[in-house]
Amino acid sequence: MIGLTHYLIVSAIIFSIGLVGVLRRRNLLMLFFATEVMLNAVNIAFAAISHYYNDLTGQMFAFFVIAIAASEVAVGLGILIVLYKKYGSLDLDDLANMRG
Amino acid sequence: MYEIVAFYLFSALTIGLFLVTVMSKNVLYAMTSLAAGMVLISGFFFILGADFLGVVQLIVYVGAIMALYSFAMMFFDATKDIKEKNTGNALVFVLGGLSALVLVLMFAAPIHSDAIEALYPMHPNAGNAQDVGIVLFTKYLIPFEVAAVMLLVAMIAGIILAGKKMDESLTEDVAADEELMIVKDKK
Repeated sequence: MIGLTHYLIVSAIIFSIGLVGVLRRRNLLMLFFATEVMLNAVNIAFAAISHYYNDLTGQMFAFFVIAIAASEVAVGLGILIVLYKKYGSLDLDDLANMRG
Repeated sequence: MYEIVAFYLFSALTIGLFLVTVMSKNVLYAMTSLAAGMVLISGFFFILGADFLGVVQLIVYVGAIMALYSFAMMFFDATKDIKEKNTGNALVFVLGGLSALVLVLMFAAPIHSDAIEALYPMHPNAGNAQDVGIVLFTKYLIPFEVAAVMLLVAMIAGIILAGKKMDESLTEDVAADEELMIVKDKK
């Protein structure tokens, strides 16, 4: 039978994949993808705990996490477009070198 | 039985797809595998009985966020492979592995579950959407309204950030554009 621990371990593995992505990526767009992976991993953990403790609070928090992810993407992509217009690249190293 | 099969299938596929997202050099592959992984995560939510959350995941993540990403990719050159200078790759993997170990130990630790009481228990007779609606509009009304204001602020910020100088082309050849303008003027 699948228990709570199974879900939590899958969530931890996915979160670590996202963490490796955040540490390893140098392209800003790919960095955003990695943060989305981490947010999704947390949502799995919330939903699993909500199910196994028969409590709706976990699902509520997952909804708010999704709302925050949506607004993060809207603002973040706007910033990415501004950066791309200014520098012509989304590479973090390039952006750091061009600091006046 | 079905739950076990579905759980292992979904978890293997999700982990594989997210690994592609994190490791791929191509933006298009990374985005497509991220979208597919999010669809499978909504499968997890359906197994867990969180139907409304699964539908929201499908609509908001797969529908809205990935569409936003794919629109944004029109501004950037998506077909070109990304060249990344990876400094200290071994260190990153050691750090990632260590934090994975810590997380797994944390989550696999026994939970003193007798002390946990359900604050907002689910009702088996009512559907998940009804339950969620009642709790969301009574106990979580203020966070809900604040989230609405936050989304409005994010929308305005996105429009203002991306909308400035929208008439200037980013990717196309400027000379070709000017030529077109001259031809138009002559007509």
